[in-house]
Amino acid sequence: MKLPDKRGHFGEFGGKFVPETLMSPLAELETALKTLKKNKRFKAEFSFYLKEYAGRPTNLYFAQRLSKRLKNLKVYLKREDTLHTGAHKINNTIGQILIAKHMKKNRIIAETGAGQHGVATATVASLFGLQCCIYMGAEDMKRQALNVFRMRLLGAEVIEVKSGSQTLKDAMNEAIRDWVTNVQNTFYIIGSVAGPHPYPVMVRDFQAVIGQEAREQFFVKEKKLPDYLIACVGGGSNAMGLFHAFFQDKTVKMVGVEAAGFGLHTKEHAASLSQGSVGILHGSKSSLLQNREGQIRVAHSIAAGLDYPGVGPEHAYYKKIGRATYVAVTDREALQGLKLLSRAEGIIPALETAHAIAYLEKLAQEVKRKATVIVCLSGRGDKDVAAVKELM
Amino acid sequence: MRNRIDLKFQELKVKRKKAFIVFITAGFPNLKMTENLVLGLEEAGVDIIELGVPFSDPLADGPTIQESSQKALRGHVTLDKILHTVRNIRKKSSIPIALMSYYNPIFRYGENKFVINAKEAGVDGLIVPDLPLEEAKGLIKAAKRYHMAMVFFLSPTTTTQRIKKIVRASTGFIYYVSLTGVTGARSKLPRTITQNVRFAKQFTDKPICVGFGVSTPHQVKTISSLADGVIVGSAIIKEITKNIGKKDLSHRVTRFVRGLSNGL
Repeated sequence: MKLPDKRGHFGEFGGKFVPETLMSPLAELETALKTLKKNKRFKAEFSFYLKEYAGRPTNLYFAQRLSKRLKNLKVYLKREDTLHTGAHKINNTIGQILIAKHMKKNRIIAETGAGQHGVATATVASLFGLQCCIYMGAEDMKRQALNVFRMRLLGAEVIEVKSGSQTLKDAMNEAIRDWVTNVQNTFYIIGSVAGPHPYPVMVRDFQAVIGQEAREQFFVKEKKLPDYLIACVGGGSNAMGLFHAFFQDKTVKMVGVEAAGFGLHTKEHAASLSQGSVGILHGSKSSLLQNREGQIRVAHSIAAGLDYPGVGPEHAYYKKIGRATYVAVTDREALQGLKLLSRAEGIIPALETAHAIAYLEKLAQEVKRKATVIVCLSGRGDKDVAAVKELM
Repeated sequence: MRNRIDLKFQELKVKRKKAFIVFITAGFPNLKMTENLVLGLEEAGVDIIELGVPFSDPLADGPTIQESSQKALRGHVTLDKILHTVRNIRKKSSIPIALMSYYNPIFRYGENKFVINAKEAGVDGLIVPDLPLEEAKGLIKAAKRYHMAMVFFLSPTTTTQRIKKIVRASTGFIYYVSLTGVTGARSKLPRTITQNVRFAKQFTDKPICVGFGVSTPHQVKTISSLADGVIVGSAIIKEITKNIGKKDLSHRVTRFVRGLSNGL
């Protein structure tokens, strides 16, 4: 079975739930994707920028001291944090800006939570000389002031979103409103495997390079497949990027780590898969945090990039068919994870990524025999250092 | 069996008149006031009420309607309470009512159950701005079974091929979105409306009503000359917002609406 189907459904999830004005632009995007998929020049250009500009391939690093501490686990880190701009987000923004160029759109918009996607978008917009507008929640602008400055330095306009919870969800609402208004000349670069079809599949395909590389690199080092894949999940793009290439490898277990915020027993978390229910937000059907009446709840996480009440529809599908499991890690545990990796390996991870690291300690206690693990080290922690300093 | 929306358009056709449709957010500023407003609007000559179900993430709406929705939600307005309000209105009025709701609240409620309860309460039509035809099979089926009108949108970006499909599926009327953008009063509307509405008309005999941005008597007049109806929303919400707390809020709003419909 090919996923998604023609209309962008992953089983019951996905689809296109958007105002009529966006239906034709989405169809145009689908057509462009179909054309470019077979276009050798486009593929060559995408590979060129990934390699020469972003710095691919990234290393699959054996974390020896960390593994020693975790006893039963042999941990490899897929070093997306070493990419230009400091996170996996650049894989996707390079892909999308090349499509925008092909479609002759001269204005780029994006939403951002942690600011990583905003920075990655502002970066490629600057690289190709396109006008760029980034929507960011007022609350997130405070938490990620450094990234706001970086985006402005790159020539992007950062628009403060004051509606609703003033975080990623509202930034995305506002970006969609801009898109509906300026659809003729504007390309919307969505940062995660979320949104209406074809965004979830397009972003997945651009991020799939993470898993494709990791699978080969691991095989060279270990002459087998890993037992576990672990990645943090907000919208879920780094996780899907790692998981996708292993979908058919049934022995490989996949674990997505969501943000449990103050704890799953509270309402202050962002665990839309562990605690959510089926609903429609931002153009697709997926698992959401919502009340009984279908009003979307405000998420909470210490990590701005995970602070989102929804998740990509393909993750909802993976969970439903049992291909991946989803767990959650609290703010406090994530901070421990950040410390753990910093001390054990000399790598300061982003707070988002720290959730995946924190889960390793739990997994180490669960496994009975020695197991091999690939963790997607999705981003580096520089952007969080100021905020973490206040918390520690 | 025809519903009140169809009957209204029949009646207007005979009288050679155009439909004046007014949007208000249910529960803004509260549900009791919604009831009063609907009754007042009927008296002021409004033909159809578009009753907005507040949603936490209204991505097709501009700031005016967003704020009214937030306020209504803070007052704990739910779909069931709104249906109860419609039931109360029905004791005194037979003005056609279309519910405008984003899809998620309807989905959570259950499509079938929602259509049954809404019909029983006296709702005549549904307008779901984030549910394109392609995803609407279930709701169309339920609406058809219970003679509920299911209104779909056309916009300036809709291709000819889609126009044909949409006008075929839409019942009650067809909602033509005047501009690419979100709801909200505009001082100027695009000139392309005329040719776009005319173009769509060659594919259907169903009424086409134009909304988004319409806020002045002059705009109401211009649009009603080329379409079968005109929809005003944000301008009215603004008027409600301006008069919140005043005893004669409903009276002031209906007076404002009369001023607008003078254009018809």
